[in-house]
Amino acid sequence: MAICNTVVPIKSKSGAISYKAQSQDEDALVNAAARLHMVYANKNGNILEIRFHGLIIQYEILETLEFTSDRKRMSVVVKDCQNGKILLLSKGADEAILPCASAGQQTRTFVDAVEQYAQLGLRTLCLAWRELKENEYREWSFMFKEASSTLVDREWRIAEVCQRLEHNLEVLGVTAIEDRLQDGVPETIETLRKAGINFWMLTGDKQNTAIQIALSCNFISPEPKGQLLLIDGKTEDEVCRSLERVLLTMRSTFSQPKDVAFVVDGWALEIALRHHWEAFTELATLSRTAICCRVTPSQKAQLVELLKSCDYRTLAIGDGGNDVRMIQQADIGVGISGREGLQAARAADYSIGKFRFLKRLILVHGRYSYNRTAFLSQYSFYKSLLICFIQIFFSFISGVSGTSLFNSVSLMAYNVFYTSIPVLVSVLDKDLNEETVMQHPQILFYCQAGRLLNPSTFAGWFGRSLFHAIVVFVISINAYAYEKSEMEELSMVALSGCIWLQAFVVALETNSFTKLQHLAIWGNLIAFYIINWMFSALPSSGMYTIMFRLCRQPSYWITVFLIVAAGMGPILALKYFRYTYRPSKINILQQAERRGGPILSLGSIEPLQARTIEEDVSPLSITQPKNRNPVYEPLLSDSPNSTRRSFGSGTPFDFFQSQRLSSYSRNCKDN
Amino acid sequence: MASSSAGGPGSGDAAPPRRNSKRPKYSRFTQQELPACKPILTPRWVISAFLLVGIVFIPIGVISLFASQDVVEIVDRYDSVCIPKNFTNDKVKYIQSPGSKPPCHRILNVTKHMKQPIYVYYQLDNFYQNHRRYVKSRNDKQLRDPSSENDISGCKPEDSNSRGVIVPCGLIAWSLFNDTYNFSHNNQQLKVNRRGISWKSDRDHKFGKDVFPKNFQSGGLIGGGKLAYNVSLSEQEDLIVWMRTAALPTFRKLYGKIEVDLQKGDVINVTLGNYYNTYSFNGKKKLVLSTTSWLGGKNDFLGIAYLTVGGLCFFLALSFTLIYLIKPRQLGDPTFLSWNRGPGGH
Repeated sequence: MAICNTVVPIKSKSGAISYKAQSQDEDALVNAAARLHMVYANKNGNILEIRFHGLIIQYEILETLEFTSDRKRMSVVVKDCQNGKILLLSKGADEAILPCASAGQQTRTFVDAVEQYAQLGLRTLCLAWRELKENEYREWSFMFKEASSTLVDREWRIAEVCQRLEHNLEVLGVTAIEDRLQDGVPETIETLRKAGINFWMLTGDKQNTAIQIALSCNFISPEPKGQLLLIDGKTEDEVCRSLERVLLTMRSTFSQPKDVAFVVDGWALEIALRHHWEAFTELATLSRTAICCRVTPSQKAQLVELLKSCDYRTLAIGDGGNDVRMIQQADIGVGISGREGLQAARAADYSIGKFRFLKRLILVHGRYSYNRTAFLSQYSFYKSLLICFIQIFFSFISGVSGTSLFNSVSLMAYNVFYTSIPVLVSVLDKDLNEETVMQHPQILFYCQAGRLLNPSTFAGWFGRSLFHAIVVFVISINAYAYEKSEMEELSMVALSGCIWLQAFVVALETNSFTKLQHLAIWGNLIAFYIINWMFSALPSSGMYTIMFRLCRQPSYWITVFLIVAAGMGPILALKYFRYTYRPSKINILQQAERRGGPILSLGSIEPLQARTIEEDVSPLSITQPKNRNPVYEPLLSDSPNSTRRSFGSGTPFDFFQSQRLSSYSRNCKDN
Repeated sequence: MASSSAGGPGSGDAAPPRRNSKRPKYSRFTQQELPACKPILTPRWVISAFLLVGIVFIPIGVISLFASQDVVEIVDRYDSVCIPKNFTNDKVKYIQSPGSKPPCHRILNVTKHMKQPIYVYYQLDNFYQNHRRYVKSRNDKQLRDPSSENDISGCKPEDSNSRGVIVPCGLIAWSLFNDTYNFSHNNQQLKVNRRGISWKSDRDHKFGKDVFPKNFQSGGLIGGGKLAYNVSLSEQEDLIVWMRTAALPTFRKLYGKIEVDLQKGDVINVTLGNYYNTYSFNGKKKLVLSTTSWLGGKNDFLGIAYLTVGGLCFFLALSFTLIYLIKPRQLGDPTFLSWNRGPGGH
């Protein structure tokens, strides 16, 4: 345990030894060995020093056969410096080690032990060893060096060479490591389920381990409430039949409020993905929960791709290096930066500290971001369209010659100075309190349906800009007619009207007013006047004295207020009408918030039921993935807690300190 | 046991007792916890807003309408009648014929007492001073500075001729309006003050005091009036007024001011010189005498618009109140949340 790893011990100043390991399991094992007085003290070049009760034993590492996900084991060849013997030490998954055991060994006990540990939800590893003869080793070492230095098919050749050595092993024992769940994982899964997100767990552990963990974190419900369907088989036919059976059950229980989930292991998954793509795809769309065990990193990425091809929005969350491919493949990749290292965090779009932060990431930040983006993008179109429409209308009365009503300075400054500041502050806009959202995760359905950004809302903004352009144009033309009709003055009246209207539009669309919002919206209006006064004071500008003249005329102010009232009145009336008599769910929650007091959610918490009630999205999301309205795209979270280590990465150390350290510490290989 | 805090998520490693925690410094701005007011559209607020707008707008509308009605305006279209009888079918030929033309006499009747100053405007219809190529056909530097005399960029085709550079260049100056009006009342000449009709800022800064017209209207095609060569541009008020391009095809420009009152029933004799060619493009020429109010000339639009908007707001306020009374709906009723309704609910 102390030797067969890739751990580097670091001596700190006070003499205590700390270990730098690539995976949590190796870390745990070396520490466990240290507890059992077999302290891995030092590593100088190839010489390992083990301190046993004060005695120092030295080993020389001759070769390290690295871990690969195909072989599912790792080995080292060491030479005992005391007596010159060459040993091969192996460590790996039970199904990788036990078959290599020498014939005649009683593997029965080991298999039972492994099963027992798996039932408890622990990660299991097997240890084995063999003594090598000098010439056998030399021969093999030569082949190994040759294989390592080839340029063609390097991995395959190395695997082949390793195969030659790893046989006839003598099984030493079985280790089990408890990978504790992080805090808050069951609640997070529960809340996100309510929000309409489906979860899949992709892990490299054994099936039983994975099932136990899933039960413990509320991922699946135990019988009789939930039903677990198994897909297994070693050959194509077996897998096919198993798949058919599961599909049948899924289809028939689809409408029942039963929690049905399926479990598939890596081997069967490989066969299914290769030969039964359509059936598996159908299964994927029918099920809301799935557990896949013993999956390799490439299989994880393949699964994500499969779900993406079903028109689902996928989010992949993981914390180890083997999750990187999956994270990159998904629409949204979330990496948990923890003791594992920062590989996953670096490859991800978002990196969070703990799994339970996912809830906040999706429900709070994701939702706010969606709202704000929807507003910002549509508003930008609106303000540009406003100016364009006015120019188009003006061209009708200027002989369709292309005269620009607005002077070039105003046009340039329009997009940059006059209209950008109020919306920059809209990044602080919150339509619902965080507590409300956490209490009612179903509100996420609303976002999933694309309710705030779709062709009809866009048409609404388009219509609004057309209406406002008509209002501004008609009023300015008629109020400044005959003797007042002058190009520069009319252009400034129209521009003032536009700017005032936009200030009010932003104010109407903002849900929460902080000081910054007030400053931005009203301050922007004042800045508009100040900038124009400055221009009006320059004799060489075309606008010389225009703004001063205008501001002195009462008819200017009357025109501007008329524009504001005529433009905003219908909008306000429409919005009020919709708010009160046809409120959207967000509006209802806003009003309830306002009234204060607890917002009772009388409906059932059963996610399945909530899903079928919600008339807009969920039936679509499950039954008809293909002919779905491309606008309404539900968010299906592929939240594979990929290796279970994502749960436990928080606290293996604490575990060792506070929990009983059993005499059998299990060895979990990173997958 | 890692303590779980529901507070703001630090984006870095949030393990509690670490000396060099990567947790960012807490500030209300970065944690988006700024105190905010979240107004929602309650019936009370919306109805009172509409009521307020209605209450404010209707009086303003009434006042504006009254102001507009107070203005007395006499409009007289003369371009079709001021052509001698033998040229009625070929007006263009008449107007373009060289040589002096006989003056035209018109009669204006004053229907209401007009207080001085009475503004005399000429109104042109269907004259697109806002055409793109017309608007940019001028050179402001040349107008301002005698040393930039040769700066004629943008003034094509009226920039120079065989005799040299044209000052002021461009189509706007070339098409200067040149009809003249003389008013008499009871055989007494009414003095029309033709100074001070342009913007002071234009006179001071846009048109130079030492820039004199050169080569103006000396080419083949005459577009409008001529300018006196010994008067500097800053004193050529007609030109200055004309060069303030209008934004609409129907516009009025100031000709002069009459500084005596006109009584009701007065008869004004107008002797006008019909020189300007609007016949080539079916334009109309009108002579306008008008008083002004604080709102400007006679324009009912603002008054009517305000009354309309105010009335609509009242109507909306009333209808919303009615609907609210007839079908009250408690705001924020959670039973309306669709996930709270039973499976059979709508």
